[in-house]
Amino acid sequence: MELFLPESGLMIWMLIGFLIVLFILAKVGWPMIMGAVTKRNQHISDSLLAAQEANDALEGIEIAKRKAIAESHAEQIRIMNESQELRKQLLDEARNEARVQTEQMLAEARQRIAKEQAEAMAQIKAEVITLSVDIAEKLLQRELADKDAQSRYIEELLKNNEHPNIEA
Amino acid sequence: MKHSLRHIILMLLVILSVSLRAEEKESLDVKSFIFGHTSDGYCFHLTEVKGEPVCVWLPVIVHSKESGWHVFSSKHVCELKEGEDYQGFYIAPMTDPKYPGKLVELTSSGEVKRPFDLSFTRNAFGIFLVCGFMLAFFLPAAKKYKKDPMATPTKYQGLVEWLTYMVLDGIISPSIPKSKVPKFAPYLLTVFFFIFFCNLFGLIPFFPFGANVTGNLSITLVLALCTYVAVNVLGNRHYWKDILWPDVPMFLKFPIPLMPIIELISTLTKPFALMIRLFANILAGHIIIMVLMALIFIIGGMYGAGLGAATSVISIFMMVFMTALECLVAYIQAYVFTMLSSIFIGMAQEETEENGERNPEGLTDRTGGKTENGKFIKQTNN
Repeated sequence: MELFLPESGLMIWMLIGFLIVLFILAKVGWPMIMGAVTKRNQHISDSLLAAQEANDALEGIEIAKRKAIAESHAEQIRIMNESQELRKQLLDEARNEARVQTEQMLAEARQRIAKEQAEAMAQIKAEVITLSVDIAEKLLQRELADKDAQSRYIEELLKNNEHPNIEA
Repeated sequence: MKHSLRHIILMLLVILSVSLRAEEKESLDVKSFIFGHTSDGYCFHLTEVKGEPVCVWLPVIVHSKESGWHVFSSKHVCELKEGEDYQGFYIAPMTDPKYPGKLVELTSSGEVKRPFDLSFTRNAFGIFLVCGFMLAFFLPAAKKYKKDPMATPTKYQGLVEWLTYMVLDGIISPSIPKSKVPKFAPYLLTVFFFIFFCNLFGLIPFFPFGANVTGNLSITLVLALCTYVAVNVLGNRHYWKDILWPDVPMFLKFPIPLMPIIELISTLTKPFALMIRLFANILAGHIIIMVLMALIFIIGGMYGAGLGAATSVISIFMMVFMTALECLVAYIQAYVFTMLSSIFIGMAQEETEENGERNPEGLTDRTGGKTENGKFIKQTNN
């Protein structure tokens, strides 16, 4: 059966052809293709990982942002409350001060009035004394008869001068 | 409807003409018809014009013990009439019991001898055609990848990548330890595509294709030899220890080394099976197609053109079916040869259990993700 007998010539051609192709493709064929695909796979998986990381980081930033907003909101409320309180306090203070001042001024005025009243009373008293002395002089000029009677009368007058009616 | 009717009439006319020709040649030598086409030859026979063969002649290179080297075109020996010779050489007829269809030498003593024949035959041409095609197909892609590995692959690169990783992920990676893949993948990839393209080119019935390369024992022998070298010469110490000193009871290996002998024979039977499987599958497919073709001429010759025409309808449909099947076989046989080769190589590369680095995860980490577990075990059991 010649069909099952290998031909040495054809085997040599086969060996030459196959080994040439094997050598060339093993040197500059398959490693390039496999290397490039592996490299690209690595690149893709790396990129996916990086994207995931960036996403996570973005999420962190988002949370921080929200937190900051919430914090500033709270701060705002706090500041508003504080200012309101301060305003109230200031108003109260001003009111109190005004009252104190008014009272002080009133007291001063009252004091002055009292003083002036006293002065006026003193003046009026002096006036009245002068007037009464003048009247007495005139009376005396008219009635210089009885010196004793006169003195008594003056005494009496002086006593009466302390009468509350004259004071008033 | 009109078109299909026209087609059918045209087909019937063609068939009729074929069977009419069949009637002309009363006797058809089926054996030489089939084996003349399926075995190796010295020229590509295209057609016949007015009884003269139209061929693509290939160089004949022979070394005779008597007269040394001879290089001439096969035209000289193919056109010889019976009894003639060219420089003492002639092609034995297909009916020759010893060297059918081979170039033989008529020595001065009148003996018929087979010289050392390094002719660039049809199959040698087929081998180099496939080699050239493979280089032309894969090298530009490799060049593009080398130039810019990160560039978006073109459609052509995608095709190359898909083909490469089909073999790499589907056959090689599940069988070979991961660290050894870069070492053996080039050989296995080359073998796969060589067989695959040879099978496909063998199915195309016109020049420059049509050489039945993988259906020739010399070619499958060389391929099996390469696998034998890859398995046994590059096998590790653990593998050789299992062959020469396996873990079996002492009486099986001493004083008569029974198990080592069996193991050594098994290293030979594995590539032998590879060789025969590929050869037989492809040859059988070609023979079936040739037989179906011959059937037209046989029936036509025996019972006349009418019946020949009727047979040709069936035959042609069967041939279409067979060719489709052969396309499938072309892939399957390349797949089987590569898979068995990689399993044998993987077995010879396995480390001992303690520092073993099997690759049960399977596929090369292409998508960065994991693939089915246990794929390795599943496939080795097959």
